Amino acid sequence: MLNTYDYPEFDYQQSAEQQSGELKRHPVVIIGAGPIGLTAALECAAQGIPTVVLDDNNTVSIGSRAVCYAKRPLEIWDRLGVASPMVEKGISWQVGKVFFKEKLAYQFDLLPEQGHKMPAMINLQQYYLEEYMVNECERQELIDLRWKHKLLSISQNDDIATLVIETPDGVFNMEAQWVIACDGANSDTRKMLDGDFSGQFFQDRFLIADVVMKNDFPTERWFWFDPVFHKNQSALLHKQSDDVWRIDFQLGWDADPEEAKKPENVIPLLKQMLGDDCEFELEWVSVYQFACRRMDKFRYGRVLFAGDSAHQVSPFGARGANTGVQDIDNLGWKLKLNLQGKAPIELLDSYSEERVFAADDNLMNSTRSTDFITPKSKSSRVFRDAVLQLAEKHEFARPLVNSGRLSTPTPYLQSSLNTEDEDSFSNCMAPGTNCADAPITISGHSSWLLNHLGGQFKLLIINEDAAHSVEQGGVKADTLKLGADFEDPEGLVSQRYDGDQGAVYLIRPDQHVAARWRKFDEAKIKAAIAKACCQH
Amino acid sequence: MRLQLQSNITKPDNFYNHLIDMQRDLSEEEVQMMNAKLILLLSNHIGEEEVLFEAMDLAKP
Ligand SMILES: Cc1cc2nc3c(=O)[nH]c(=O)nc-3n(C[C@H](O)[C@H](O)[C@H](O)COP(=O)(O)OP(=O)(O)OC[C@H]3O[C@@H](n4cnc5c(N)ncnc54)[C@H](O)[C@@H]3O)c2cc1C
Repeated sequence: MLNTYDYPEFDYQQSAEQQSGELKRHPVVIIGAGPIGLTAALECAAQGIPTVVLDDNNTVSIGSRAVCYAKRPLEIWDRLGVASPMVEKGISWQVGKVFFKEKLAYQFDLLPEQGHKMPAMINLQQYYLEEYMVNECERQELIDLRWKHKLLSISQNDDIATLVIETPDGVFNMEAQWVIACDGANSDTRKMLDGDFSGQFFQDRFLIADVVMKNDFPTERWFWFDPVFHKNQSALLHKQSDDVWRIDFQLGWDADPEEAKKPENVIPLLKQMLGDDCEFELEWVSVYQFACRRMDKFRYGRVLFAGDSAHQVSPFGARGANTGVQDIDNLGWKLKLNLQGKAPIELLDSYSEERVFAADDNLMNSTRSTDFITPKSKSSRVFRDAVLQLAEKHEFARPLVNSGRLSTPTPYLQSSLNTEDEDSFSNCMAPGTNCADAPITISGHSSWLLNHLGGQFKLLIINEDAAHSVEQGGVKADTLKLGADFEDPEGLVSQRYDGDQGAVYLIRPDQHVAARWRKFDEAKIKAAIAKACCQH
Repeated sequence: MRLQLQSNITKPDNFYNHLIDMQRDLSEEEVQMMNAKLILLLSNHIGEEEVLFEAMDLAKP
């Protein structure tokens, strides 16, 4: 098979602590250097927390896994300083085509909302994503990335966890105040802690192939329901960078995964799909079975689960990595405040509360897509086909077609950290919602609102005169004030934050709204900071 | 709005006859497909989720 990508091999190094045999206590140890563990390391570094990242391997994600990254994770990576190479290398697509049986049912244009720094989504091979993050981690002094370090066992008391680690030089122990378990869907950490992980396994298999196209093919997303070349199943064609295309084939439950993977079986299938005159070469083929499940809670004592170790979704709608990155967004600042003694352990329970809520939303969305793509009963098959037939001629049926929905963040509308609105506001940007971006100018230079929010608490002040920074229990919120600190040339900040009549937003370090008022009131802001940090 | 449960069809016999007639020569599969499309078309016409859910509840065996 062809290779458009050279897998880097990262060096193993024996750590000083293993060499000396001295037992060291670290504030945060991260298990796993996949996309979520690497994001966690960058997030902690941004918060000023030193971390050790352990990975049992020494390279990036092998083969075809995540492709599609949505706006919110890109915004988070932008806050952490790693989004630009991703966006540069990634592919953006606008036009999607939906085929049913032998013909095109309809096509659509995404037309994303303007006035956001990050695109609605990009397509990029997971190994590039990880490579860019590894590069950034290596630049960060606070991150100690250790390859060929495998977690063997873990034990904990109320204050610390003790980890037993195996390296090529043998076994040693280390201690951690907090452990972030990012060791993927088959998480060893979860098994070691007897973590409850339940949900639904789909009785279906998918063949995932990456091919390199030799001739021009439009940068569009093509989805087939019940195509003639692959009866009763579905297929997806999606562009990645380097002229590599992702192709997903639903195989059904009876298919033999080993047989299906063989090039002599894959190539004829691809030829029927792409046409005889299309020239391509296989880069990678694998067969997956998908599940939708999550842990009952994401905090087990001193161990916090994030990413696939905590929740696993089917890949329709591209949610796995996207949602895992948002776990870390939620977790970083909470860990920091707890380590500094400014917030009790309850704040870390709010991590579980908010992210379990988001995981359920993701699970629901990906289960719905899966049910549409692979109907589970005769009558749901009839409705599915009826929708697709109607969609050919009638616009109304098109929004019912579900070949995977774009992953969007789940607002924490019910969160115990929110302060309820007492003034009247339009519905957008309610407490618990992630902040919308908007173009701004600072001293005449163009910038973006989100680049000036986050990392720590902030007060976003729109059309309100009285305002100053506020401190509560050691947690400070500085102001970002329209007119004084930035201008709103297109009026989009005012519009997106319903600020025409004056608005004061308390923004969490993860760029989510904690509270908002029409007028500046220091006492209320203090109470809201205390609530958002679980300070009593 | 609530689901209309008072008679709203001006010529009930005409409507009913038309529905039955249309399906007279269809196979079981075609009937199922037609019914599904009909539900989708009419549901979209009604639009309101509350009304649609109320009707689904009433229709449920
Ligand atoms: C076909 C396919 C398509 C997908 N498409 C998308 C998509 O388009 N968009 C999207 O967002 N997501 C997608 N996903 C999901 C995405 O790949 C995962 O959600 C993502 O990789 C999860 O990242 P993670 O860091 O949690 O876990 P992983 O990527 O699984 O990383 C876990 C890491 O932990 C290490 N590890 C494991 N055990 C130990 C141990 N005992 N000690 C030390 N280290 C250990 C492993 O070596 C690995 O590096 C797709 C997945 C598949 C299979």
